[in-house]
Amino acid sequence: MIFIGHLDVMRYFQKAIRRADIDIAYSTGFSPHQIMSFASPLGVGLYSKGEYMDIEVNSTPSSAQAVDMLNAVMVDGISVESYKLLPEKAENAMASIAAADYYVTFRDGKNLVGDGWQDKFLAFYNQATIPVLKKTKKGERTVDLKQLIYETSPDGDGMYLRVCADSGNNIKPIQIFEAFFASLGLELPEFALLVTRLDLFTDTRESEAEPHQFVSLNDIGTIIE
Amino acid sequence: MKGMGALMSKLALKDEILLKIEKPARYIGNEVNMVVKNPREVDVRFAMCFPDVYEIGMSHLGMQILYDMFNQWEDVYCERVYSPWLDLDRIMREEHIPLFALESQEPVKDFDFLGITIQYEMCYTNILQVLELSEISIYAKDRTEDMPIVIGGGPCVYNPEPIADFFDLFYIGEGETQYRTLIDLYKECKKNGDNRQDFIRKAASIPGIYAPSCYEITYKEDGTIAAMTPKYEDVPEKVKKELVMDVSSTCYPRKPLVPFIKVTQDRVVLEIQRGCIRGCRFCQAGMIYRPVRERDVNVLKEYANDMLKNTGHEEISLSSLSSSDYSQLPELVNYLIDEFRKKGVNISLPSLRIDAFSLDVMSKVQDVKKSSLTFAPEAGSQRLRDVINKGLTEEVILHGAGQAFEAGWNKVKLYFMLGLPTETEEDMKGIAYLSEKIAERYYEIPKDKRNGKCQITASSSFFVPKPFTPFQWASMNTKEEFIEKARLVKHTVMEQLNQKSIKYNYHEADVTVLEGVLARGDRKVSSVIYAAYKKGCLYDSWSEAFHNELWMEAFADCGIDLLFYTKRERSIDEIFPWDFIDTGVSKSFLLREWTKAQKEEITPNCRTACQGCGAAVFGGGVCFEDKN
Repeated sequence: MIFIGHLDVMRYFQKAIRRADIDIAYSTGFSPHQIMSFASPLGVGLYSKGEYMDIEVNSTPSSAQAVDMLNAVMVDGISVESYKLLPEKAENAMASIAAADYYVTFRDGKNLVGDGWQDKFLAFYNQATIPVLKKTKKGERTVDLKQLIYETSPDGDGMYLRVCADSGNNIKPIQIFEAFFASLGLELPEFALLVTRLDLFTDTRESEAEPHQFVSLNDIGTIIE
Repeated sequence: MKGMGALMSKLALKDEILLKIEKPARYIGNEVNMVVKNPREVDVRFAMCFPDVYEIGMSHLGMQILYDMFNQWEDVYCERVYSPWLDLDRIMREEHIPLFALESQEPVKDFDFLGITIQYEMCYTNILQVLELSEISIYAKDRTEDMPIVIGGGPCVYNPEPIADFFDLFYIGEGETQYRTLIDLYKECKKNGDNRQDFIRKAASIPGIYAPSCYEITYKEDGTIAAMTPKYEDVPEKVKKELVMDVSSTCYPRKPLVPFIKVTQDRVVLEIQRGCIRGCRFCQAGMIYRPVRERDVNVLKEYANDMLKNTGHEEISLSSLSSSDYSQLPELVNYLIDEFRKKGVNISLPSLRIDAFSLDVMSKVQDVKKSSLTFAPEAGSQRLRDVINKGLTEEVILHGAGQAFEAGWNKVKLYFMLGLPTETEEDMKGIAYLSEKIAERYYEIPKDKRNGKCQITASSSFFVPKPFTPFQWASMNTKEEFIEKARLVKHTVMEQLNQKSIKYNYHEADVTVLEGVLARGDRKVSSVIYAAYKKGCLYDSWSEAFHNELWMEAFADCGIDLLFYTKRERSIDEIFPWDFIDTGVSKSFLLREWTKAQKEEITPNCRTACQGCGAAVFGGGVCFEDKN
């Protein structure tokens, strides 16, 4: 599934929703489309265990029934884990993302750093600042990765990362690893990383002065009985 | 949604390759409704190939029908193969990766059969690509016992001779009828320890199956065929096309595959009938698929329900050669609109004869301001339309366009051909005159009641004489003649009063000329196809990949004169390379039509008056309507 681009994943779900007979709402006009939005497009080549979308429906079965209906029409490699009623005033999922969890390892033969790379990664992370040049549509600017990586720890053969994913600073693991390799005087080879997105979070803190209060999107909304 | 990609099955291509090529989803399979079987638990593995890129191949209904049929059989596993695009083609050659089927991701060379559907002539070099990448000998005579049996089907096999050397077998006609017999014979031969050639020779006795290696061809001094004779007593002289007579109870894919990426035909397709009653003299499909056989409207409604439910597609379209001639069309179309529009399903209408009914349904399912009317007069003058037996008259076109303009339409598409037999300058200029008259009809509507300017798009393709048509004897124009004719039309359009409302465009001439050679070629042409492929020709139907100069070099290298196949008008007693095929429609009928064409005489359609073409031999369809 990692080779299917975001637009095609959307098309896949539009058709899946029809196959499952979910009573989704449509826009009006000559070419009506389903009212659906994805939380965060997943890049080609990335695995994921936590993607979210919100849809508008005219009527709904229970959460458990909807999950069963949808999973009955899924292909191998995609499954629906939960179906919840969002509070009436919830921002759409897309706009509310604050952070993402990733798990990163190397594809076979691509770990140029060698054994003990996780310790070296932690040393890299423990610097006071990690300035990197970020290319945007408007030009280049420097961002401090240190501020945007909220957590990291070794896990098995790889690293677990929690990074900023808000609309202004959507950090991709590859950017972090490019900087990590550069700090060792190395260049990250093409397709070196096996990246799995684990989950997406919204931030429930009241103001920017308070510490982050990350809540998984899966914990928002209520189960429909 | 959790667990995306958690269970990746093994892919034939490494991630590193898939991530650097265009549209990797072309090569990974796993689409909705893909059939999964254990290849180790079936008797026969059948690789079904459409020799073009995935998005084209996946849009083909015939392949979906056969995929479904084969996989209904427990002892067979049918998997799909498409041409790798140019980027992956290069990588597979460099890294010696054998071509694989999408389902199991296993090499095609390990299959029992490689079936190739051949829908247009310009895919011939892609056939050689598929064979070579699969590590199967390109020439059938070089194949060893362990290689798959290579079998071709589809409309192009009504003259299989230019590609005969590359195939072990051809299946002439509709695939639903004889594949079971062929598979059973294969199993029996395998059990008896028969070798490859034994099987091929036995298969030649199955109706509709043609084994090129079992025939001897001799030529006259002038290069035409002297005789085509079976090499063995048990091989029939003639191969009769296969046909499904009861189209309402044959197999149909109720769970068609749903690709991840957008393909050309990204919708449910309902095939409402086969064949055509019209008898246009240039049209091969109108002759080879005779007689017309309609599907029961209630069966079609059921298919529509099942297929929309099983695919989740948001669009449904109808398929046939001439949908307006389907007797239950209003009932079907109104049903689809009433049943599915409210569920957000778009009804995509085929081009219909413009009348009150079609305008009514078109206004229900399309935005009148954005959609266009389509007419296919095919020729610019009434004289030439009589020659080609295209029943459409100027009066009918202007009346239909007028009605539509009054109802709010302002876009018209017109399709023509240049290079038709007996064509004169006046006929060519007629394309411009007709376009002008339609524009004038539009501007008859008072300014405050019309919808801005009108847009008329006239397109011409170039005529290719095809086997099994009344024009199979005709001379085809050269590239230079085609271009000169198109320029004349363009020039005449520019002289018209409303030229700003008329857009004229025309197809590429050089590729049409090649199509002409391949359409009516004989076995000698195979050397040119091989040479062109070896020079790098591939994806010839894609203008960005087409290299006419390489083809011309190939003709020169092989000492083959292109004009022998295109320009030369055939004498009525010439033996054609395709004469060994019996389509039901007799050569004497085609000849009668060729003579009438030259006298500008029209022939009524099958429902108006049977012309005794010969297709009644199949014992059904339109030939027997109202007769039971």
